[in-house]
Formats: sequence, structure tokens, C-alpha cells
Amino acid sequence: MKKSTKIKNKQDRWFYFFCYAVVTILTLLVLYPIVYIISASFSNSDMVALGKVWLWPVDFSLASYKIILKHGRVWTGYKNTILYTAAGTLINVAITLICAYPMARKNLWGRRAIIFFFTFTMMFSGGMIPSYILVKQLGMLNTRWAMVIPGAMNVYNMVVCRTFIENNIPDEMLEAAKIDGCNNTQFFFQMVLPLSKAIIAVMALWYGVGHWNSYFGAFLYLRDQDLYPLQIFLKEILIVSQKLNSADVLDEEVTTTVYQTLKYCVVVVASAPLFCVYPFVQKYFQEGALLGSVKG
Amino acid sequence: MKKINANAVPIKKSLKRDWELYLFLLLPVAYVFIFNYIPMGGLVIAFKDYEVRKGIWESDWVGLEQFKRFFESYMFKDVMGNTIVLALYGLIAGFPIPVLFALTLNSVKNKRFKKITQTIVNMPHFISTVVMVGVLMLVFHNRLGIYGNLVHVLTGEYPGDVFASPSAFRHFYVWSGVWQGFGWSSIIYTAALTGVDPSYHEAAQLDGASRFQRVIYVDLPTIVPTIVTLLILDMGSILSLGYEKVLLMQNSLNISASQVVSTYVYEMGISGGGAGNFSYSTAIGMFNNVIELILLIIVNQISKRISDTSVF
Repeated sequence: MKKSTKIKNKQDRWFYFFCYAVVTILTLLVLYPIVYIISASFSNSDMVALGKVWLWPVDFSLASYKIILKHGRVWTGYKNTILYTAAGTLINVAITLICAYPMARKNLWGRRAIIFFFTFTMMFSGGMIPSYILVKQLGMLNTRWAMVIPGAMNVYNMVVCRTFIENNIPDEMLEAAKIDGCNNTQFFFQMVLPLSKAIIAVMALWYGVGHWNSYFGAFLYLRDQDLYPLQIFLKEILIVSQKLNSADVLDEEVTTTVYQTLKYCVVVVASAPLFCVYPFVQKYFQEGALLGSVKG
Repeated sequence: MKKINANAVPIKKSLKRDWELYLFLLLPVAYVFIFNYIPMGGLVIAFKDYEVRKGIWESDWVGLEQFKRFFESYMFKDVMGNTIVLALYGLIAGFPIPVLFALTLNSVKNKRFKKITQTIVNMPHFISTVVMVGVLMLVFHNRLGIYGNLVHVLTGEYPGDVFASPSAFRHFYVWSGVWQGFGWSSIIYTAALTGVDPSYHEAAQLDGASRFQRVIYVDLPTIVPTIVTLLILDMGSILSLGYEKVLLMQNSLNISASQVVSTYVYEMGISGGGAGNFSYSTAIGMFNNVIELILLIIVNQISKRISDTSVF
């Protein structure tokens, strides 16, 4: 008996070692490129080009950041992105909530049909070209509206929201409120909204990150540089410019090595806001992700 | 207790009682109608020869001409092939790693270690597609990136440009997706694992099961329903390959592997052909969407039978 326990313990030790190893290796694989990029952005560009940077910054320098931050298009991009994110998220959350609340009411006449009306759009869509024609015909092409209006409600998010309300606000509460003379609208503003703070936070974060990171809408609908969000500027500097030189993007001639290091800075500058907020809000993200998976 | 049966409420009474709710719904319904259903109506141009001057309704009908043009086009096989290969490869490569990560993470005892690693692996989920592709190009730059420098250190020579290679494109596309997504995908498994009844573990321990055996016989069976459901769902949306990342990674040298249906639609309709090809590219997109819808319905039926979960 004792012997078998020993063998078992030994087996278990190997197994635990294996688990820690797998988790550690996967985590390091994720972490390393991130650390490398941050380090490269703070290094002297010659050192980056020569391959001297492996983990920590070599010959610490802020020169690249100075070039990027004095560039007007970064700030225009930032300003536009913040505007689209704030306005877009506000519209998104508002529409999602006023849709989710009635949908959570099980005895609403025609509920099933209305839900199908919404969920069908998750399965089938008109696609890129008809949407483009629509936006064009609405006169939103090359305007800020095209950035906030066409994506105003994500049906999946609405379903998540509805599930939350169904689970957290029992019918009895509404019955009780009605006896006290409360109507549906009052109930929504005075009971449902305050009790749904958690899901509102999740929705705001999801939509917010979506707006912050999206590029395709701007790419498709905007022509005017002054309207471009940050991601389009990033796209030009990081990806398109593989073929162009810096002057085409930055109106400024820098050497290839400096330009390459600038790219690291741009990545950091664009992602920093999300990464600073992320550790504090990841709890909400995860809760939301699970809520959505309980019943899709 | 009074229970209200939804079907028992007559429409008149319901309208009187819930008119505010219908008022609430007015805006979302109008919105979804305009931005989702009107474009679906716009699909008629797939059966027409769309001209901007004439508009959607006045343009001439051509029947299935646009579809035929696509099926007969030399691009058809390439585009469909690339889409399927990329999607299947992504599914096969991307599916096991989150499961493995969740199972091993669940066996780790140190709570702090658990929390820190989880925070780190979830991080890439929030990186934008543009930054993701940009990072990929920086890190794997053949002279100035980690890859170029590593090969240089090891062999003394700089490697060739990996982004110019069609075969490398697939690996880069898929594995960067795995890098970005495995942590996030594992959340659902991790959550399912915390729901394992501890008494099962105790019973197994009493019977002399090792930790590894407990993972195989206690933990794994708990998440099998989740695995099956997610796998089925993923298969249903296999053709909805996102164009955002592919488009960013695409260049003239790797186009033979990177032209998928959605990017082809973009190229035909927006970037290359212009309005003259609106009908053609709409037809291609519609063909893809219809197949995807059929797949979804089939998969949903299977899912209903196997795991008693359905998406719609």
C-alpha cells in the first residue's frame, strides 16, 4: 500500500511538472513578442537593426517616440478613434439595452417572431457590396456617421444582455412593482438599468474594444485623411509601407532602420490604452464571455 | 401563484399592457431592418447587371449569369480551395490547444501563478487585427526582426522573405490566430472545469487514481459536451473566414494561397473592378453566404441531436 502511494506520488509529481511546463511555455510564447516589441521601441534603432535587442531595451532611447508623437496624423487618428469609440459605444449600448429588455419578457406577444427577426441576421447577411451601396445611398460615405451608425447593434451582444436580464430580474419583481403603480418604462429606468450595471459594463467594454480596433469600416467608407481613425494610420505605416518609404506615409524621410523602429513605437502607442485598462477589467470580459456561452 | 402563458394573452390585451415595450423595440427593429435586411434585399443585384446610373431596380436582369461567370472563372477553384484549406487548417490547429491549456492550467495548484498566466494569455485577444499583422511582419522580418536575426546568428546568413511565400502564408495566418486566440478560447473550458464536483475527485483518489488519471477520467469527460458543441459551431461557420486579416497579409507574391472568397469579393467589387463588378462580386458573396447558411442549419440539427444544445 505504502509503496503504491509512493509511486503514485512520483507519477503525480511528473504530472504536475508537465502541467506547469505546458502552462509556462505557452505563456512565455505569448509574452515574448510583446516584451520584445516594447523593448525594441525603447531601443536605439541601430541596435534593433543589428539584432542586438533580444529581451530588454539596448541603448535606451526615446528618439523614435519623439518622431512619432510630433507627427500630426497620430494625433488626428487618436482624436478620431476616441470620438468613434465614445459615440459608437454610447449608441451601441443604448440600442442593445432597449432591445434586450423587451426581449427578456417571456410573455411579450410575438416575442419568438421578433427574436427570429434579429437572430436571422446572425446567420445570413447581404454581404459587403449591398451594404456598401446602402451606406453610399444614405449619403454616409466619407462621413463620420459611417463609423458609428452601421454597426449600431450586435445581435449576439443583445442576446447575451437578454439572458442576463432574464436571469437576474425575476418576473415577481415586475409584478410587485406594478402593484406599486410602476409602469414598464419606469421599471426599465429605475429597476432594470441599475440592476444591470455589470452587463452594461461588459457591453461597453466589448463594443468599445471593437470600435477601438476596427479598421475595415474606415477602410471601406472613408476617403478623407482627416476622418481616419488610428487603425488606418497604423495600417499604412505597418503594412502598406512594406513597399513605400517613410516619406509617403510620414511626410518625412528617415532611414530604413529608423523607420523600422518607428513601427514598434506605433504598435505600442496604439495598443497602450487598451493594455493599461485591460488588467483591471478582464474580470468583466470573462464574465461576459461566459454569460454569452451559457445560452447562445 | 399566477403564471402567465405567453400564448394565452390575446394580442389586444398584450398591446395595451406592453405598448411601451413595443415602443422600445421600434428603434432596434428599424435599425436592423435598415442595416441588415435592406442589404439582403440588395442581393437582387446578384441576378442583375448593376449599373450605378440605373440603380438597383432599373438595372437589367441577367438571371444566373453572374454565378455562372464565377463557377466558370479560373479563380473559382483557387478561391474556394484556399478558403476551405485555410479554414480547416485553422480549425484543426486552433482547437486542441485551448483544451490542453485549460486542462493543464486547471491542474496547477498555485493560485497566483494561475491568475498571472491567465491574464497574460488573454492579452492578445485585445490586439487589433492591424497591430497583429504588423507585429507578425516586424517579428518575422527577414533582416530586422527576431526571425531574421535568429537565423543570422545560427547560420550566418539572412533568410529569404517569408511573406513572399504562398506556403508560408497559411502557417502564418493560422498560427498567429492560435497565438492570439487560444487563451481567450480556453476561458470557457476553464469555467466548465471549475464546475467539476469535488466529490468525484475525492472518490477517484480513494480508488487510487493518479492526478493524471483524474484529468483523463474526471476532468475531460466534464468538458466533452462543451468541446463537442464548440466544434460543431466552428464547423458551421467554417466558410465565414474573416477578410480583415487575410486582406492585410495579402500581397502579390502570396496571392495564390491568400485569395479567399471574401477577399475576392472585395477585390472584384471595391478595389479593382469598381461599380461595374458590383453584381459579380455580390453573386460570389451570396454563393458563399448561402452555403454557409446551409452548413449552419445542418450543423445545428446535428448539435441538437448529439448534445441537446442548439444555437437557434
